This record gives sequence, C-alpha cells and structure tokens, in this order.
Amino acid sequence: MKMTRLYVPRDTAALAAGADAVVRALVRESAARGQAIEIIRNGSHGLFWLEPLVEVVTANGRVAYGPVQPDDMASLFDAGFLDGHPHPLCQGLTEQIPYLARQERLTFARIGLIDPLSLSDYAAHGGWTGLTRALFMDSHAIVQEITDSGLRGRGGSAFPAGIKWGTVLRAKSVQKYVVCNADEGDSGTFSDRMTMEGDPFMLIEGMVIAGLATGATHGYIYVRAEYPNAIAVLSDAIGLAEQAGYLGPNIGGSGKAFFLEVRRAAGAYVCGEETAMLESMEGKRGIVRIKPPLPAHSGLFGQPTLINNVITLASVPLILAQGAAFYRDYGVGRSHGTLPFQLAGNIKHGGLVEKAFGLSLRELLYDFGGGSRSGRPIKAVQVGGPLGAYVPESLWDLPLDYEAYTAAGIMVGHGGIVVHDDTADMARLARYAMEFCALESCGKCTPCRIGSVRGVEVIDRITATRRPEDVQLLRDLCATMHDGSLCAMGGMTPYPVLSALEHYPSDFGLNPAGEQR
Amino acid sequence: MDTTTQQNIIAGLLAAHGTEEGALLPLLHDIQREIGFIPPESIADIAKALNLSAAEVQGVISYYHLFRTEKPGRHTVQVCQAEACRACGAEALMVHAEQTLGCGSGQTRADGAFTLTPVFCLGLCASSPAVQVDDHPHARVTPEQFQTIIAVLEPAS
Repeated sequence: MKMTRLYVPRDTAALAAGADAVVRALVRESAARGQAIEIIRNGSHGLFWLEPLVEVVTANGRVAYGPVQPDDMASLFDAGFLDGHPHPLCQGLTEQIPYLARQERLTFARIGLIDPLSLSDYAAHGGWTGLTRALFMDSHAIVQEITDSGLRGRGGSAFPAGIKWGTVLRAKSVQKYVVCNADEGDSGTFSDRMTMEGDPFMLIEGMVIAGLATGATHGYIYVRAEYPNAIAVLSDAIGLAEQAGYLGPNIGGSGKAFFLEVRRAAGAYVCGEETAMLESMEGKRGIVRIKPPLPAHSGLFGQPTLINNVITLASVPLILAQGAAFYRDYGVGRSHGTLPFQLAGNIKHGGLVEKAFGLSLRELLYDFGGGSRSGRPIKAVQVGGPLGAYVPESLWDLPLDYEAYTAAGIMVGHGGIVVHDDTADMARLARYAMEFCALESCGKCTPCRIGSVRGVEVIDRITATRRPEDVQLLRDLCATMHDGSLCAMGGMTPYPVLSALEHYPSDFGLNPAGEQR
Repeated sequence: MDTTTQQNIIAGLLAAHGTEEGALLPLLHDIQREIGFIPPESIADIAKALNLSAAEVQGVISYYHLFRTEKPGRHTVQVCQAEACRACGAEALMVHAEQTLGCGSGQTRADGAFTLTPVFCLGLCASSPAVQVDDHPHARVTPEQFQTIIAVLEPAS
C-alpha cells in the first residue's frame, strides 16, 4: 500500500492553533478511509497565519495546506490532498509560497523542513559540517573566523561576537563556561523559541564550537519557564547528541570535551540581562551586577564566561561550514549577515522573515506582512522589543541596518517588530512601558526602581491635566533613567515613552509642540 | 496531599539536588512541580540543605513571579498582557477572563477552580492575543473561544 508522508509542526505556535487536534483528526480520517499515512512533527516555517500548516510530500515536492482545522478533514481527503490536489486551503508548493521564497534563510534554512529531533535529518541538511571543520582548527582560528564573518550579538546588543569570543579565549582559568541566553522575554520575539523547538542541534553545534573556540568545557542554556516545549525539545536533543558523541568527554573522537545542560528561568524579565541571568543561574535573585568585571573575565561562578543569545550561537555552525566570507557578504555597511525579523502584533501575515540587513520596515510591514490584521491603518511600530522606540511612518523607509537606525535614535535590536493599528492609544502604551519597568525592575538602582513608578504617575497627570510642566518633568525623569540606570531595563524604558510622546502628542492630549491644547 | 507526603517529597529532592552548582532554582522548580507550590514551612529545610539563610531562600521565592507559596487553583489560566497581545485586544480579553472565571487577575477563585494570572509573553506574538491554560497554549483567542476553552475544563461551573 502506498504510504503518504505528512508534516504537521510541533512548534508551540502551531500547537496553540490546534496542531495536535489536527494530527488526531488526520490519523482518524486516514484509518477510516484505509489510506496509509506517516506524520512527521517538524518545526514551523514561521507562516503563523497558516498554522496549523499541513504539508503533503508528493512527487513534485511538499504541498502545503493551511490553516487546517479538524473539520476540514473530510473535504481535504475528498479533494485528494494526499496526492497534492487542489483545495481551498491549498497554498501550493511550500517552497514557492512568496513569503518564504523571498527570504534569505541562512539560520532558519532547516527550520520547518526537518524533524527537529532526527540526527540523520540534521546531518543530511548540512548539520555538523561546521563542527567537523572546527575540530581541526586552532582556537584562535575559530575566533578569527567569527570575527571575519562580521557576526554581531543578535540578542539586541549588536556587539561584535568575535571580540567577545577573543576576550574569553584570552582569559586564564581552569574552568570557563559558555552560556546561551534563551530568556527571550521581549514581546514580539519568537525566533529563539522557534530555533530551540525547530532545530535544536544547530544551537548545540554552535555552543560546542564556542566551547572549542574559547576553551570552555561546560555550557548552559538558560531558557525561560514560559517555553516548556522548547525546554522539552532541547533536553531530548541534548540526550541524543550525547549518545551520538557530539557532546560529552570526547566530541567526535577528538579528545575534546563539552558538556551541556538546560537551566530553567522563573519568570523574571530582567534575567534576560546577562549579569542578572548569571545571578539567577547561581541560585540567587536575578539582580543586575555592576560591570566591570565583564562576564568574559568573571562570569558564572566567578569564571570567564561567554554569553551569547540563541540566534548568535545558532549562526555559528553555518559560518564555520561555509566560511566567514559567505556570511559577511550578506547585509549592508557594518551589519553583516541576516537577521530573523519577527513580525508580530496587529499584522495580517505575522511570522518569521529572515532577510539580509538593508531592507526597510515598510517592505516588511506591507510586502511581507500584508498590512494590519484589523485592516485599519498602521499607526505605530515598536522595533527591538519593549525597550525599543515606537517608529513613526516617517522612518519606515530607512534601511534596517544597526548604524542607520542608531543614527535616527531608534534600534534594530533583535528584529522583533510589534505593529499597532490606529486604535492604539500611545499614551496608554507609554504608561504601560513604565508600569512594566516598575513591575520587572530588579530594584538595584534608584532611577529604574523609583523612576518607573514616578513615570506612571507623571503620565497619568499629563493625560488628566495636560500641564506643560509635567511634560518637562517626564522628559527630565526619562533623562535620569537613561543616564543613571545600571542596565537597559531602566536605561531604555525611556525610548518607547519618549518616542510615543514625540511622535503621537495628541494621544497625551497635547499639541505637536508638546504643550496643552 | 498531607504534610508528611510533602516533607518526604522535599527531602528526596533536597538529597537529589544537594551537590549541584546553583541548585536553588532547579530545586524550587521541582518542589513546585511535585507539590503545586512551595510550602512556607519547607523554607528552613531548604536553607539548611543548601547552606543558605532562610531569608535568602525566601528572597528568591518572592523575587521570581513563577514561584508561589500557596496552593493554586485546579486550573491556571494565563492571559498575555505584553505589547503584541495588547495590539490585538489582550486588555479586553483579560477583563472578559475576569468576568468569565469570576475572579480578578492574580487571584484564585473561592471554590479553588481557577487561578487567573497575567503573563508577559508566551512567544506567540504573531498569533496574538495568546492564552495558556495549564500546559496548553492557545493563539488568536477571541472571547467566544475563551468561553469554549474554559467550559471544557469545569463543565459544572
């Protein structure tokens, strides 16, 4: 009997859209009709408005149907979807869906294609090639390769990865650590989650290479507790990689060791800040440390520690496999390579768009995103997470490039993009930014701990009484938080607040000059 | 679960985590997973086993949003309140959840059926607003869907 292979994602966003119920319905319907199927649970392609996306393997390639719900089964089977036949939900060949076909997927090349926990799938799609090369390289040569690639911290800092790796390599210690910051707490971001759930071996491979490069023999992945599915997939992947000899005392028979474990966070946003994360991993309250010393010199348990974000480390295997020049040639200016942009919030086609740096926000919002989900005009776009500025339409044509954005007083950060339509009340969102800072502040420094509480009060006074002196007070308060806070929590909360005030003054009841009207 | 059972579980976990580096968070996670919360009377034992002060253990428990020292409802309902969900009606959904469940945000209903909490990002930002009920994530949740999800859990309520 002919066996048809289907793919239904196990990504959390697919599960949240009902993927497990779809799998149960597929099994039931195929059994009732006597048709043999095999279901692979892949990662998500990142076209979330089409989830649950069911793919059928045909002679011509993978044909996509979505969004599929259990009640669609009878009509799908009747239409002959197991042979890739037309149906109202048919999206054609997956690889030809324009949203995917127009991307430049380097880090996300395998995600959605493979079974995340299949070592043979991973190897068949280029996995372990970077590690195999790195095992024959000197540590300094690996660091040089990362430096030459132009890779910068993808968690938002955009700090050159090679410089950080070199610092840890030169640090003298018997024990060094590699820590992957997977505390992806920013609203509008999910690329770390998709990577951990959709291609965990890529992250593992990147971390092993980081260990070889810096002399660290122990790694941790600090994952937020809100991502139970990612924790489960990573834990399984680590077990499989150990059995296959890609982790442990003797990696690939080289005699070099690297051990890896997952640490679960506990719901404190500020633990995404690297030093607060280290405190948390040591079993303490996640309070920010004063720098220096840098974690590269004195990090986890006081030892030299390389800390990188998931996407930074996940970019490493490809750079080692293809060479620094291959990666560096993507992008513009000093923003080399690609960034997995995350289109979120009120957007019609929300999802993951990996592109080389240099495209514009407008292209992302309309060419990929298809405009707002509500159908109303887009009013404000927050780029770079809750601490990023609200970008007004006048800046949507700027190229997405770290330096171009910084020059305009905004930031690319991790590429998380949250869209709001014209019903958004920007004064309310500014107030929320302060409220969130007050809720999540670690409490160590005064500008953040007290400033955020005062910020909520002042914004309430502005919207209630519209006194110009309160507007000045809010600006002064933001200046104090920006200049006086220990970390980005208090230091950058002013960005969403001031950008809302500057570009949308009427939402605060002010005229464009910021005065009472 | 009676107090003796709780004590036995905690004693077993203390023994399992005793020598681990940075053991406190993994230990607290395990206790909460097994018992549902961290019994306040266990703080002294935890402190002793990890060579910490009771204040340090209490400080860690109260610092992290996830840890709790009281028994939660039979079902935990988390409604995301972060920006991407706000852009698609998360504030109104929370009000709806409070009315449907009959308890305020951050509270457990008097009959112990539900605990309702805000959450700040479930990583479902392209499919907002998002809700997590116990271990199950739900995307693009409308008030009607919320009603359906809840009705399955406590049919009598």
